[in-house]
Amino acid sequence: MNWLDIGAVDDIPLRGARIVKTKAGCVAVFRTDVEEVFAASNTCPHKAGPLAEGIVHGQKVTCPLHNWVFDLNTGKAQGADEGRIDTYPVRIETGRILLDATKLLARQAA
Amino acid sequence: MSKQKLVIIGAGMATGRVLEHLTDSGADGDSGVDWDITLFNAEPRGNYNRIMLSPVLSGEKTYEDIITHDEAWYVERGVTCRFGERVMQIDREAKVVRAPNGDVPYDKLVLGTGSDPFIIPLPGHDLDGVIAYRDLEDTQKMMETGAGKRVVVIGGGLLGLEAAAGMAARGAEVTVVHIMGHLMERQLDEAASYLLKTSLEKKGITIRLMANSTAILGENGHVRALQLDGGEELPCDLLVMAVGIRPSVTLAKDAGLAVGRGVHVDDQLVTSDEDILAVGECVEHDGAVFGLVAPLYDQAKVAAQTLMGQQAVFMQKTLSTKLKVTGCDLFSAGDFAEGEGREDIVFRDPARGIYKRLVIENDTLVGAVMYGDTADGNWFFGLIKDGTDIAEMRETLIFGPAFQGGSPADPLSAVAALPLDAEICGCNGICKGKIVDAIGAGSGDLAAVRATTKASASCGTCTGLVEQLLEVTLGDDYAAPQSAAICGCTDLSHEDVRLLIRTKELKSQPAVWQELGWSTPNGCHVCRPAVNFYLIADWPVEYQDDPQSRFINERKHANIQKDGTFSVVPRMWGGITNAAELRAIADAADKYNVPTVKVTGGQRIDLLGVKGEDLPAMWADLGRAGLVSGHAYSKGLRTVKTCVGTDHCRFGTQDSTGLGIRLERALWGSWTPHKVKLGVSGCPRNCAEATCKDIGIVCVDSGYQIGVGGAAGMDLKEIQRLAEVETEEEAMDVIIAFVQLYREQAKYLDRIYKWIDKVSLDWTRERVVDDIEERAALVARFELSQSIYRRDPWADEAKKAQTKYEPLADLTLEAAE
Repeated sequence: MNWLDIGAVDDIPLRGARIVKTKAGCVAVFRTDVEEVFAASNTCPHKAGPLAEGIVHGQKVTCPLHNWVFDLNTGKAQGADEGRIDTYPVRIETGRILLDATKLLARQAA
Repeated sequence: MSKQKLVIIGAGMATGRVLEHLTDSGADGDSGVDWDITLFNAEPRGNYNRIMLSPVLSGEKTYEDIITHDEAWYVERGVTCRFGERVMQIDREAKVVRAPNGDVPYDKLVLGTGSDPFIIPLPGHDLDGVIAYRDLEDTQKMMETGAGKRVVVIGGGLLGLEAAAGMAARGAEVTVVHIMGHLMERQLDEAASYLLKTSLEKKGITIRLMANSTAILGENGHVRALQLDGGEELPCDLLVMAVGIRPSVTLAKDAGLAVGRGVHVDDQLVTSDEDILAVGECVEHDGAVFGLVAPLYDQAKVAAQTLMGQQAVFMQKTLSTKLKVTGCDLFSAGDFAEGEGREDIVFRDPARGIYKRLVIENDTLVGAVMYGDTADGNWFFGLIKDGTDIAEMRETLIFGPAFQGGSPADPLSAVAALPLDAEICGCNGICKGKIVDAIGAGSGDLAAVRATTKASASCGTCTGLVEQLLEVTLGDDYAAPQSAAICGCTDLSHEDVRLLIRTKELKSQPAVWQELGWSTPNGCHVCRPAVNFYLIADWPVEYQDDPQSRFINERKHANIQKDGTFSVVPRMWGGITNAAELRAIADAADKYNVPTVKVTGGQRIDLLGVKGEDLPAMWADLGRAGLVSGHAYSKGLRTVKTCVGTDHCRFGTQDSTGLGIRLERALWGSWTPHKVKLGVSGCPRNCAEATCKDIGIVCVDSGYQIGVGGAAGMDLKEIQRLAEVETEEEAMDVIIAFVQLYREQAKYLDRIYKWIDKVSLDWTRERVVDDIEERAALVARFELSQSIYRRDPWADEAKKAQTKYEPLADLTLEAAE
């Protein structure tokens, strides 16, 4: 594990998201509850919609381009749509968001 | 064997338990250790049950009731008490505790220094009458502040609310100021928090959310008022800060012990010095600090066992919370914060004010929040602690252990809960009681109710509610045709929700979710934008717009394109521009590398392909040239297309450009169910293509022909004549009233033509053309809403922190390990 401090929880609006730029592409960090965040690929597998711009509800996000819905726990598309987004371990410690960059940095080193 | 000298610093709830364990099982007992105990306490008293201070404050208990150990108890066990004495220093070298009335040597030392209330360093925090809520002295000061006194409590957490309720019970006028958007946000979700707020308000407590304190104002050294960041002053005789606690570590730190947020301890509660243990709120164990009583008792037990030479391990466990305020039944347990693969089960009973939410992960329960009915709280808590497999009972879990036979959530309960004087049919002013009476008198179906009461006989938007009333009143004898629900979160239709928001005066999203029995914690991408719009339309002053419930275009005030870039369209009033504006647009196109500049069909200029993070700076540049948002992205007023009218055209009959600009100035910024486009043509040649707009005005010699319901999108529709008026003034009023009626009545995402098909053009004409009073009232309500929304969102966004538009972090420069 390689936990990187990427910012404060309050930097993301409740039921909103912000992106983190990485060499492996943009990662979206979603704040689904006061003390709950998820991290996943920002790119919808359908037509590459930016998921951080979608509406966040429950533990899901809806893509702003064509309303695909993804479960942020599993990354799986919901309902009739088929597809998956990568998810990344993320946690909160004393108000800071820690993202596990192992996968993200490994890919860039390779 | 000789007696071991044990010194305990702090007589709190944790050390009290340590003493009990040592003296009841240890002394002359199995362990063979005999203790010579000295107990220090800075407060001039012994151990009492601190968590029961709230019932003391509210008058439900007395101080005597909450003493856990009295003088006789200490004497009996030979504990030397040094109360009212603050320990100055721990000399680890000499193994001596230094105190004002003499030093005490120790073999073993237990730290129980507890925590200090956190005092926000606002100007004036040291004034007389500013207190924390921590000990008996604070409690007594609050108890003296009774009837007729004004109190402000900063902090809407557990402690702050208990303080507020206690003082309110004594007759004080209490205001709670909380910086977050909902109360007890660490323990409760918004729905439970909404119910809590409602109950506290019924007790006469004023709750101010999202309120930022800036200063405490005084007079003659005593607190006079709390000032909020808008400049508003909340007058008060007492100000209580209940914003949190911090482990009290000074003594430990000075003694050179390892200290982080709290005093570091291992699983045996031993600090970095093997002869010194620590328990309670002053410790930090495995990164966590503690504020609730259950883990403190666990620590006390383990510490006592460690002292007695027994093997014991302290483990952090799941916690539950209850609020000690009479009449506010809430329960929160477990962890909502971390973990993957989770699922929610939500149960709401609006009629009885009940909300329950369970969080399930891998077939076990990991969290529970309840309000109103918490009887099953401990059962759920048990399932959480034990990690019980709930796969078998998943379907009925939410109904608790007594289920087997419980009824599922009733979609009719919101309607059943309405009072009899609640208005159902706005057109005819018919309340629930009248309809229920009519049904009771034999009107057994919709047609009969319409015939006898006129309810739902006009625009028909309340049909769903009338059907539900039939169902509630007649029970199984009536099968209501199901109107289409908004989405999977509710059984109610758009029309039902709109009416209920008004009838039940629901002014926030959590209020809607709870009172109307939503089945999800916070809606979905379908219902949230709709509900957000309905609340804006009905409560423009009270409700605060929620950007997170808006589609991206309205949240970022630009149109998202297929590649994730945005388009920027400045407003050109009535299609008129000038050289300075065009120059500013050209400069912005250069500066931000805009790849495509296009003229739109609505007579303005579109800058396509702008990067999201450039938006605020670009808006600021355009704003300096006087350009504002064109709302080309909104469910709101888009453009007012005009022809050149009488100014230049030889056929023009009226000043169509002037009227177009007036209309655009009046209507811009308002949110509507769907987009609204206008056109004003100066003569029947119709160069502004007004006859296929949502609202189209065609000027003629005798005045203005106003048509509505046109469209030139997926459906091609020609406008229908709403009215013909003589003056520009009257044209303005009729159009504004019509837009307001559309805002108040239509289903979200219905264009005007679709809405008119449902309610009929005649019905709208009766209201905005024939009924002069109604027209004026509609115009007044529109103006009230526009007093808040008629402003440039670009200017507002450009002024705010730009962070929303930027990445949270950039890891592209981070080196791999």
